[in-house]
Amino acid sequence: MRQMVLLWTDALVFLLVAVVLLFAWYARNKEHLRAPWREVVRSRLAVSSLVVLAAYTVTGLLDSVHFRMALPEAQGQQEVQYSGEVLSLLDELLGPMRTQVEKTYSAPFATHLYTRETITGPDGAPQRVYPRLQYGGAHLEDIGDRNRDILLRSLNAVAQALLATALITLGFAVLLARRWKKPLRVALRAMLGGTSSVPWRTAVITIAVVALIIALLAALSPFYHVLGTDKVGQDVLYQTIKSIRTGLVIGTLTTLVMLPFAVFLGMMAGYFRGWVDDVIQYLYTTLNSIPGVLLIAAAVLMMEVYMSNHPELFETMAERADLRLLFLCLILGITSWTGLCRLLRGETLKLRELDYVEAADAFGVSRLTIMLRHLLPNLLHLVLIAVVLDFSALVLAEAVLSYVGVGVDPTTLSWGNMINRARLEMAREPMVWWSLLAAFTFMFTLVLAANLFSDAVRDAFDPRMRQQR
Amino acid sequence: MFAYLVRRVLYAIPILIGVNLITFFLFFVVNTPDDMARMHLGMKRVTPEAIEKWKSERGYDRPLLYNSAAQGGDKLVDTIFFEKSVRLFVFDFGSSDSGRDISADIGNRMWASLAIALPQFLIGLLVYVSFAMLLAFFRGSYLDVSGVVLCVILMSISGLFYIIAGQYVFSKLLHLFPISGYEPGWLAWRFVMLPVVIGVFAGLGSSGRLYRTFFLEEINRDYVRTARAKGLPELRLMFRHVLKNAMVPILTGVVVVIPSLFMGSLIMESFFGIPGLGSYTIEAIQNQDFAIVRAMVFLGSVLYIAGLLLTDLSYTLVDPRIRLS
Amino acid sequence: MTQILLKVDKLQVRIGEGAGAIRPVDGVSFSIRRGETFALLGESGCGKSMTALALLRLLPRPGGEITGGSVQLDGEELLALTESGMRSVRGGRIAMIFQEPMTSLNPVMSIGRQISESLEQHKGLRGAAAREQVLELLRAVGIPDVERRYGEYPHQLSGGMKQRVMIAIALAGDPDLLIADEPTTALDVTIQAQVLDVIRDLQRQRGMAVLLITHDLGVVAGMADRVAVMYAGQIVEQAPREQFFAAPQHPYSQKLFAALPESSKRDQRLTVIPGSVPPLNQAFTGCRFADRCHAAWDRCRRETPRWYGSDHEQGVLCHLADPAGATAPRAAEAPVSSPPHAAIQERQGEQLLDVEDLKIWFPIHKGLFKRVVGHVRAVDGVSMSIPRGQALALVGESGCGKTTVGKGILQLLRPTAGSVRFQDVELTQLKGEALRRRRADFQIIFQDPFSSMNPRMSVGDIIEEGMTAQRVGGNAAQRKERIAGLLEQVGLRPEHAKRYPHEFSGGQRQRICIARTLAVNPKLIVCDEPTSALDVSVQAQILNLLQDLQRQLGLSYLFITHDLSVVSYLADRVAVMYLGRIVEEGDVRDVLDKPQHPYTQALLSAVPTIEAGTERKVIRLEGDMPSPSSPPSGCHFHPRCPHAMAVCKEAYPAVTETSGGHTVRCYLYSDAG
Repeated sequence: MRQMVLLWTDALVFLLVAVVLLFAWYARNKEHLRAPWREVVRSRLAVSSLVVLAAYTVTGLLDSVHFRMALPEAQGQQEVQYSGEVLSLLDELLGPMRTQVEKTYSAPFATHLYTRETITGPDGAPQRVYPRLQYGGAHLEDIGDRNRDILLRSLNAVAQALLATALITLGFAVLLARRWKKPLRVALRAMLGGTSSVPWRTAVITIAVVALIIALLAALSPFYHVLGTDKVGQDVLYQTIKSIRTGLVIGTLTTLVMLPFAVFLGMMAGYFRGWVDDVIQYLYTTLNSIPGVLLIAAAVLMMEVYMSNHPELFETMAERADLRLLFLCLILGITSWTGLCRLLRGETLKLRELDYVEAADAFGVSRLTIMLRHLLPNLLHLVLIAVVLDFSALVLAEAVLSYVGVGVDPTTLSWGNMINRARLEMAREPMVWWSLLAAFTFMFTLVLAANLFSDAVRDAFDPRMRQQR
Repeated sequence: MFAYLVRRVLYAIPILIGVNLITFFLFFVVNTPDDMARMHLGMKRVTPEAIEKWKSERGYDRPLLYNSAAQGGDKLVDTIFFEKSVRLFVFDFGSSDSGRDISADIGNRMWASLAIALPQFLIGLLVYVSFAMLLAFFRGSYLDVSGVVLCVILMSISGLFYIIAGQYVFSKLLHLFPISGYEPGWLAWRFVMLPVVIGVFAGLGSSGRLYRTFFLEEINRDYVRTARAKGLPELRLMFRHVLKNAMVPILTGVVVVIPSLFMGSLIMESFFGIPGLGSYTIEAIQNQDFAIVRAMVFLGSVLYIAGLLLTDLSYTLVDPRIRLS
Repeated sequence: MTQILLKVDKLQVRIGEGAGAIRPVDGVSFSIRRGETFALLGESGCGKSMTALALLRLLPRPGGEITGGSVQLDGEELLALTESGMRSVRGGRIAMIFQEPMTSLNPVMSIGRQISESLEQHKGLRGAAAREQVLELLRAVGIPDVERRYGEYPHQLSGGMKQRVMIAIALAGDPDLLIADEPTTALDVTIQAQVLDVIRDLQRQRGMAVLLITHDLGVVAGMADRVAVMYAGQIVEQAPREQFFAAPQHPYSQKLFAALPESSKRDQRLTVIPGSVPPLNQAFTGCRFADRCHAAWDRCRRETPRWYGSDHEQGVLCHLADPAGATAPRAAEAPVSSPPHAAIQERQGEQLLDVEDLKIWFPIHKGLFKRVVGHVRAVDGVSMSIPRGQALALVGESGCGKTTVGKGILQLLRPTAGSVRFQDVELTQLKGEALRRRRADFQIIFQDPFSSMNPRMSVGDIIEEGMTAQRVGGNAAQRKERIAGLLEQVGLRPEHAKRYPHEFSGGQRQRICIARTLAVNPKLIVCDEPTSALDVSVQAQILNLLQDLQRQLGLSYLFITHDLSVVSYLADRVAVMYLGRIVEEGDVRDVLDKPQHPYTQALLSAVPTIEAGTERKVIRLEGDMPSPSSPPSGCHFHPRCPHAMAVCKEAYPAVTETSGGHTVRCYLYSDAG
């Protein structure tokens, strides 16, 4: 028995997905909306990063379906009691990783703890030994078999990954063949021969790499701690994967929060000018003049005070952590809309002088219609560019804020929290490096993919960029 | 021109009032001083006396906006709003929640911040502009393409990584610099070097790439074609024509942060144990010392607005179109 | 043969790579003799500017590349020079000035410095000697007060002055050849005349050759010794000027002449060249002009014509000139006369629009509190009236306030004072919804067909917008039908409604704009320079369309323009504006044939015309138009007026009627003067 739980951020994430899908459906017949996207997917780097981003997104979405498991029924109980622990679909998938908790640090693929413990030997004398891990490599009868075991499982995973890639490729080929109205063979050859306008070959290679990584992790993680364990013995790989959702939520919801402010205030300031403009400019100059980190720090501190004084508002820990995440998005949004607002105001000032706006005026079209029909659509490319550019900056900002202590809730798994917890581990002898490396690598991959993708988006959407090339 | 600057200075006043109101709202309206006291005292069962004591020690026992118990002008003056917010306008920061004199702390600590931030700013500007100019000069070549790729990779790496990795490699492995700490006076350079190098390197990706687009934008303009048609060598064209024009957008983004250099960098200072304003702030945040955070918010805004003014001034230096209008 | 200075042979330029590559210059050959002016004539996009840039090897990089041919300067092959060798050619032996004086100067460098830089590069002059030389050059190009100008920055100069500075920079290296790429296109006629004079004089003094690149037949007629006509990347005809103007050989050249609007063609339709210049990213078979040529036959589409005539001197790229050739089935072309006035105004004479003492001032804010310290008097007391079915042309140079008048009449800008009565309704008093409801009656067509349509809306939506806003055209289905009808009316196809503006050429876009305007059944259309962004051949199409529509629908036009040749073709009456006021108004023939006001006279004489042989006396105006924020005392024109008298400085002259309906504001004609 499960009870579905819809956290606030879940709801907003699915709203965002719905908006994106709706827009895609709306744009499917609009040539001027499709053309720049077509240019985006013609770039090899963009396609490659799109695949990576898709992998991250799927992970994040799986981690956004939350529920509570029913507790085992107690005697004479009428109602089903649910656990206070909120789990997600991803937790189900990662099952063993979540539950296989060691005592403390262990290195990647280790079979023993990283620290020595004093145990009483069979002869009764105390011994300092590295104890065997409870789960990592526990299935091995002989520890010397470990490398062979890893190799065999990896080979198996490679085979699976290749098969999966082949199937996915075939699926796309069937779709393409249907669209081009050509035989499947021709479509496959165009895809893999690199002659299609969309660089399918690059896409397939990236898919293969992603599939390989996933397959390897899936094959090995139930038996080993692939990226080791942290101080309290939790699997580092599990933590990094769970951190993906946090990063994505901050990167996307923040923009979602700020967009209405930025777009409408910026447009109004530029279009109405006069006192409206003065007020809006005053508003964003004031907000902007407070150093961002400090404003966020102040707001988060106050939120902490509020939350600690009102513990009754939250049913579960997860809800509390989630609200804090949402609130962080809100604060980040409030501090970061000013730049886009100013940009849109400037652009609107230019647009309103254009002849087509004046022509609409001459036809007696109302101001609201002019804003929605003539200004907004011509500002959207700037909004889009800002959104994709902001994404990576926000993901990086989360790490810094969590380090400062004003980021997400300490119980939320995030790269920032991982780094924050692990930064003293570098000073340990011997050094514990895997937590940091795991967090940085996963974050770097996401941010790099986002940066490359946003570059392609900007090149395709910004007319000025087009001229430059 | 003069009138313009005076107007900008006057415009700063309502902005500072706005900042003040925002902080007042955040610190005293969202949560009452009682809440803060309870949070600080931390215990599950806090006695009302303890709360009162905590409040009166820190001057939070006054009414928020209007003191009906006081006499005459004190009705408005003897309030939290006046004591804690209005006084900021004369840079009277009062004492921290732990009882230290904030103004004195700021005076002591800002030089250490500046010792890191100023060299980082200057060297950074020089490095970024030269790097961008180099890429723009060889635009379209392999050097340019690999430079841009490098920039994208560098800017995809978290700033924290540069610090942690830099500390590990240069201090722990190579023993070139002390891991952390600070010493006032000339000996500070040993402690300053590593943060500065790391700071400059961490910014190379984003700034280098941004400035490169500024240069490219200028290179494609008509006046450059005119200069080329004069027969000027490319290098002179770059330095004499393109550089000066590209400095206009660069300055817009850069000059505004100069006053804020006093504030130091939160992350850098806390990692390297520099006793500057950055680490001061971060400690205050971690100790939930609201008085210090409030003071730093106000100080930061003042410095930012000063930066805006400086930006306006710097325009007049590089751009005759603004100087003469 | 006299000395050849520059010899260009089969020059080829490619821009871009792969399938999308454009070949803007495709086998161009010509030669220029010492001291002569050679004009390269062509419409936009024909490759003439690229040719010029290629000569200096200044093609846009990366992307632009010279792929073949040779360029010889005094027998020296420029394309073989090293880049540093080329640098001494640039500015030293060949100098160039560009079309846009506004952007062609470095905004953050003083003028003196920009000129002396060239001296330093080519003459090694520095310091005081360089300064002396710079002042000398500034004087030579006719800049007053050179000492002061030396230290000024480009934004402090007017467009004409900037172009003079550009010329001074070009002269600094004492070049043998000056390439002038549309040097006066961005300037007003009176300023154009000044700048062309400077070029002509300097050329005579220095014995410099000039390669003049232009689209303006009038400029060619006044300046060139020899002419080459470029079309789609090729030179299609080359001839000495007299011969070219007397008897153009290529059908394209002939059509260019025929498409020029002139008063003599007033009652005919202008000859148009159908279609537009083909894109240059394709491989051509046959003649590139064949699709638009009235004389084309199958051979033209099959076989690429070869050059008939002497190399580098004179000839034509057309099968018609083939001496052995087939006689072309040449269709005799009589000028087509206009369709008769359909609904000849039964109510003619009724005033549709009455403007009385219209003033539009923009406040100037200054000082600490942005107090209003003065006004830009963009329009300062303009009165006019337009009868039903008539066209009034409002003529003036840029900055005179003519566009502001148009927008003030339409209430797109609210007038500061005065009255605008449209069919006896006072528009200045209307507000909000009441004004909005009347807007169908008066509409506007803009100058720039690229910015006047929302790029994110389909053509159908664009045309429909006004109908829905004004609630005309019935339900959705009826509106759709009407859109199709309108598109046909302006010469497009109904299925174009589904397309987007960027898919159309400039002329087609202007047609869409006209259809959009017509959709709401306006009575008055303000045409704000509707053809000045278009090429001559396309301009004729639009003018014809406007004239047809006027006659069919009984429309009234307020035709705002700087181009006097268009005026004579389309307008019934003309009003000439100078600095916010109308200085002369009258019947189009009266004003153009017998201009009274000295400004009108100067304006008319400054227009370059193609009527060769008749050396007209050109009245040269000194200086630039003053700023409307501080107009000169008395008659605004007196500082530039050749006839200025003492009284002109004191008060603005009153309106004097010189003959029936012909009024002028000038003391030369008033009783007082």
